[in-house]
Amino acid sequence: MDKFFRWLFGNKKSPATNTQDTANTAPLSEQQIQAIVNNQNPRYDLQQLVSGCGQSVGKQRELNEDSLLALTTTMAGNSGNLPFGLYIVADGMGGHQFGEVASNAAIRTVAGYVLRKFHPYLFQVKTDTMDESFQEIMQTAVGEAQRAIQREAPGSGTTLTAALVVGQQITVAHVGDSRAYFVFPDGRIEPITRDHSLVKRLEELGHITPEEAANYPHRNVLYRALGQGEILDPDIFTVGFPQPGYLMICSDGLWGVVAEQDLVRSIVDAPNLQRACQNLVSAANAAGGPDNISVILVQLIG
Amino acid sequence: MKTKGFWVVVKHGTANYNLPNRRISLETRIFPELSDDQGDQGSSTPRQLQAGVLLAKRYAIQEVIGIGGMGSVYRARDMHFPNVTKLVAVKEMINTAPDPLVRETIVQNFEREANLLATLHHPSIPRIFDYFSLESRSYLVLEFIHGKDMETIINEANGFLPEHQILSWAIELCDVLEYLHSHKPDPIIFRDMKPSNVMINSNGDVMLVDFGIAKVFQSGIKGTMIGTEGYSPPEQYRGEATPAADIYALGATIHHALTRRDPRLEPPFSFAERPMRRINPAVSAELETVVNMALEYAPESRFRSAADMKQALVTVARKTGALVRLAAGPQTGPVGVGGIKPLWSFKCEDEIRGTPSIFQGSLYIGCYDNNLYSLNAADGKFQWKYPADGGIVSRPALFDGNIYVGSEDKRLHVVSARSGKVVWTYYTDGPIRSSPRIAEGHVFIGSDDRHLHAVNLNTGRMVWRFEAADPIRSTPFVQNELVYVGCETGDYYAVDFRGDLKWRFRAKRAVTSSTVGTPQALFFSSVDGTLYALDPRNGWVIWRFRLGKASISTPCLVDDMVFVGAADGFIYAVEIKTSKEVWRFRTEHQVNGSPVVFKDSLYCGSVDGNLYCLEYRTGRLRWKFGTEGPITGTPLVYDDIVYIGSTDHKVYALLA
Repeated sequence: MDKFFRWLFGNKKSPATNTQDTANTAPLSEQQIQAIVNNQNPRYDLQQLVSGCGQSVGKQRELNEDSLLALTTTMAGNSGNLPFGLYIVADGMGGHQFGEVASNAAIRTVAGYVLRKFHPYLFQVKTDTMDESFQEIMQTAVGEAQRAIQREAPGSGTTLTAALVVGQQITVAHVGDSRAYFVFPDGRIEPITRDHSLVKRLEELGHITPEEAANYPHRNVLYRALGQGEILDPDIFTVGFPQPGYLMICSDGLWGVVAEQDLVRSIVDAPNLQRACQNLVSAANAAGGPDNISVILVQLIG
Repeated sequence: MKTKGFWVVVKHGTANYNLPNRRISLETRIFPELSDDQGDQGSSTPRQLQAGVLLAKRYAIQEVIGIGGMGSVYRARDMHFPNVTKLVAVKEMINTAPDPLVRETIVQNFEREANLLATLHHPSIPRIFDYFSLESRSYLVLEFIHGKDMETIINEANGFLPEHQILSWAIELCDVLEYLHSHKPDPIIFRDMKPSNVMINSNGDVMLVDFGIAKVFQSGIKGTMIGTEGYSPPEQYRGEATPAADIYALGATIHHALTRRDPRLEPPFSFAERPMRRINPAVSAELETVVNMALEYAPESRFRSAADMKQALVTVARKTGALVRLAAGPQTGPVGVGGIKPLWSFKCEDEIRGTPSIFQGSLYIGCYDNNLYSLNAADGKFQWKYPADGGIVSRPALFDGNIYVGSEDKRLHVVSARSGKVVWTYYTDGPIRSSPRIAEGHVFIGSDDRHLHAVNLNTGRMVWRFEAADPIRSTPFVQNELVYVGCETGDYYAVDFRGDLKWRFRAKRAVTSSTVGTPQALFFSSVDGTLYALDPRNGWVIWRFRLGKASISTPCLVDDMVFVGAADGFIYAVEIKTSKEVWRFRTEHQVNGSPVVFKDSLYCGSVDGNLYCLEYRTGRLRWKFGTEGPITGTPLVYDDIVYIGSTDHKVYALLA
């Protein structure tokens, strides 16, 4: 298996480097070619979400404390078409404190709450639109998860990055240092969440440079986590789904070890999202796999 | 920095729709490295679509309105709206590249450019509705602009156009350039500013057309020059396209407009040899200075940004009296806190509860004395009044030289802006408190008769009416082929152009506030004390923001924030993405009118009688101006002047 990953990864990388070397003499830049290639995807009549997931315990840990959940629904008919999806990555904290229980409780509770809320509107005949807002539902769901963790695994904690997709709106609830990104076919990658980590805060305040941050000894220290503390203040916001583009949610086992440009390349080079996720996991493991790795990729097509 | 165009470069094919004869002279100016170019420009234009052809089963071609380098531009009717004559401009690109890979690349580039355009939202940029490719032709479907391009206006004018006219267009052009240049993540460089790419619409406002899609379709020979010789700055010939290049071309455009000397017929970069004032002595020395600076040879010697150039033009306008109102002497009237004096004020015979509109130097405002007034925006002088049979609380809308206004006499009145004479009126079965919204050849208006009315602009006849649960006092909002309107039960509707309900949402109390929106979200407030953000496509609630009390104030959107007033006396600023409060500002009484943002200030009236000017990012008070009665209307800010009506019967003009 390990060999296979290495083969996969190594094989991917070398042709890509060559292309770059010859780019100087081509009339089109690497990015332009890439954009053209990516734009050649056929058009889809039915707007729908597609997704892929990847997870690995990594190469240095025994226990997988990450949890992920991906739910992709398409409902289309005469009354319209509403893509609906829920994507969650949770990264449990601290090996001896049941981090894996916390992250598992987090995804179950959030998904359970959100689905119960939407159930009457999605699967029963309700003529009215829901008056509770996406942001309120996510806010309450995170509060429920907080209580569930304190009940099921007191003292433990987890990150949570959850994206609710309804139509073209992505509503994100975020605590901790897992991340959601937008990845664009032209090679841009843009984190849409802000880490609640000490190192990121120091960087934001200008106390340390990004270079220092990369080697900061306490990179794992969070100042906000689900299950910890009395009051929880998750970041909740709504953004439009990037079209064309991808939503990526991942734990720091991926973004902490693979450079952004390599993340992008793994995604845009892959023939489909499942393979892209596999490539991402392999890349993290090839870089040493120091932590658990979880990744979800979502695309809204059509 | 990404520029808006591509790597394709050709000189000869520069589109020049109105002067086919001049195209020939341009075609002789082929750059040496491009001389192996092999388009079909030698032959006559390839087959044009004939009138009556139905393109993509949707767009009925009516006539050719322009010839470009790579195809024609047609006026067409969108047949997806059988009850509405929706006109669109269809731009055709004929792809004649022999190599399939090149051809494919050209189509991809075209679609990429179309996609970029689709993300732009500015009143001076035509909207893109659709694009598609059929065999060797690609088509772009755009907003049809009723109007003329500036080059035609220059050519048709007897003598020179007045400076104040060109100034106001130039200020609007700076505005749209600033918008493009501050595009994220990368600035967009227009690269082809010239009079023929500037349309003046029927409201007298500028529209920037031809975003260079045509150029994508030039044969794919490498090189970099895109633009039009004569208007383009020296560095653009070397392939550099920066904001400074657009500023130069705008300078060239103003120079052309005021001197009537076409720079394409003059040696390149020779503006300094023909100063504007030597050709047209009516041009002010101040304006000449500004234009000369824009036309500096070295990019770093020009204005640093379009915003800076706009500032300079506005200053010129003040000095030269193009905005005479600024030069007016001391006026009578109440003095604001902090010594704010109105530039002028005008007294009607009853309360003013509505909001003014401005059109070509005239201010139009309705009053409870049943009259619609036309005032000179510069000095507040009375021009005419039009009597309705009931009070006018709504805001007049302007289209094609006519004023549209609803009245409590149950009628929608259409009056000539120039003469104040009635053109037609339209009866509903109840008083009208909603303001008209004009879109796609129709006027949409709500009435206390519980209907949303769609009325044909030309005939004044009803096309359809949509029945709501209760009186409609909010102003319809139109976006992406849907009309959004709230009513007094709190029911909120999205209605399509056939008058059919698309979706419905219910607030707990009346929705009297009008909607503002983006393709991503609709915003309105309700008497239930909530500011709502809804998904425009399906009516799902994205977020709700709790206000202290009921609100009938229409929100105002700027950057990443939404502003709204409420009956608790506060003006709120809320971040759109997170629905978090950014600041709130307390006035002494209800805030029923709407906030308006101009530059970095927010203006909002209050029932406490004051017009407040706040720093819009922080909510800090800059100044307030006291009137002698509650203010319930919304201010209008135009060309650095704030206009506001008050229930003290007066309309005031203040320096912004």
